[in-house]
Amino acid sequence: MFETFETLFWIFAKIWAVLIPLFLAVAYFTYMERRVIGHMQDRRGPNRVGYKGLLQPFADALKLLFKEISVPTHANRVLFLLAPALSIGPAVAVWAVIPFADGWVVADINAGLLYILAMTSLGVYGIIVAGWASNSKYALLGTLRASAQVVSYEIAMGFALVGVLMAAGTMNLSGIVEAQAGPFWNWFWLPLLPLFLVYWVSGVAETNRAPFDVAEGESEIVAGFHVEYSGMAFAVFFLAEYANMILICVIAAVMFLGGWYSPFHGVPVLGPALDWVPGIVWLLLKAGFFAFCYLWFRATFPRYRYDQIMRLGWKVLIPVTVVWLVVLTVLIYAGVGPWF
Amino acid sequence: MEQAVFYLFAAILLFAATMVITVRNPVQAALFLVLAFFNAAVLWVLAGAEFLGIALVVVYVGAVMVLFLFVVMMLDITVAPVREGFARYLPVGLVVAVLMALQLGVVILSDEVALVGGLIPEPAADVNNIRAIGGVLYTVYVYPFEIAAVILLVAIIAAITLTLRRRTNMKHQDIPEQLNVHKDDRLRVLKMETERRPDRGGVGHEEG
Repeated sequence: MFETFETLFWIFAKIWAVLIPLFLAVAYFTYMERRVIGHMQDRRGPNRVGYKGLLQPFADALKLLFKEISVPTHANRVLFLLAPALSIGPAVAVWAVIPFADGWVVADINAGLLYILAMTSLGVYGIIVAGWASNSKYALLGTLRASAQVVSYEIAMGFALVGVLMAAGTMNLSGIVEAQAGPFWNWFWLPLLPLFLVYWVSGVAETNRAPFDVAEGESEIVAGFHVEYSGMAFAVFFLAEYANMILICVIAAVMFLGGWYSPFHGVPVLGPALDWVPGIVWLLLKAGFFAFCYLWFRATFPRYRYDQIMRLGWKVLIPVTVVWLVVLTVLIYAGVGPWF
Repeated sequence: MEQAVFYLFAAILLFAATMVITVRNPVQAALFLVLAFFNAAVLWVLAGAEFLGIALVVVYVGAVMVLFLFVVMMLDITVAPVREGFARYLPVGLVVAVLMALQLGVVILSDEVALVGGLIPEPAADVNNIRAIGGVLYTVYVYPFEIAAVILLVAIIAAITLTLRRRTNMKHQDIPEQLNVHKDDRLRVLKMETERRPDRGGVGHEEG
């Protein structure tokens, strides 16, 4: 009996060891977004709360915490309040299988990659339920756009990850990273370059971010599926969206950029010289680059038109992945390069 | 511990399945079906079939039910008339239910399956659920597997052809043509002399 409690305690300890840094990362990702985009647009961004505005995320969170959660008339009250939970649940559950460094993973399961696909595909329920339960036409339109987009890009993303699975020969995420052991030309981004690009584009589309953010489309449908939400309920949606963005960045680093390995791992002089850097630093640096790209895109690109988004997903990205899977089969069969 | 988890999720599964057929609102029924699928997946994972469990979530919960919900949300189904034919369809429903119960009973009680009292053998340490399924699927069952894939492909093509309709009076966007357009096709650059100030009796314009 005591052992059961001890196991449970350790499981909870591991979960919080992932969740607390994750929530902090989300908070400071919003701060980073506002500062970075501010500088890209030649203004300062938030700089009043705390030193250089560093306490701004907490000020925002407190403000949202004290606001009233208003439920629209004739809304389905139960589903309306359930929707934020449906969207944050999968968004944090995925993190269970992410390896942050060698052996730093909450649940080292064999079907890790499949689990990621399953959990990310669950996130769409939060969107659908929120839009339907709000009893608002803007929310419903936003829902239709968002969920159609997420469902479409999931296919391209799944195919891109199938390529990783073929190259690594395992679905275990730690195994995938270990299959890329070596300097940066050993990582999967090189043999899987088209799949890598497809993954990254569909990752941006999957999280409904600029330039694929028609689901929000302020000028047309106000704010999308969460237009009727206020206070903490809105904050939870926000948290889920940003947690998903960080997740896409970390998965990109794990699947294609060698996870926790340093870029010169195994190289004669530079390799041992960089060995003192812990693995998680490399992972965070790689993921941080993608996170910056998210913001860069948002500050730079104009919004796609809706039919163009659909065309890109179905008629460009999916054929590219299918073709490259065939090429990849040949590459693996011929045992090309340092990879296979 | 494992039994407690099993009974918890089995109870939720039964509750959700009952709600699917008793709840009045079709959207809520679909959501309860999602819950039922999810709990079934948990039971499979608990039984050691992690691949099947997660595949159930990916395929049914992540894809099929999303489209299902889409359709139900779009249709304006009024709640009351759905129940009208209850007495009329009861005999058919009962026959189907009895048949399904019989089939399940035959499978569970048969000697070949030996589910009653039979224990699932512990997998060896280095054998991976997914690897094992993949190995069997692509060797022993390769023909049924491929045939099923072809049937699905035929179904996809059939569905697309059935719903494909070309409208003649619609303005289409031809993307390759748009991409191939050249500056010279759209734009003519004229060389003009700068205009003079109209200070000489109002005759300012000259042909450039």
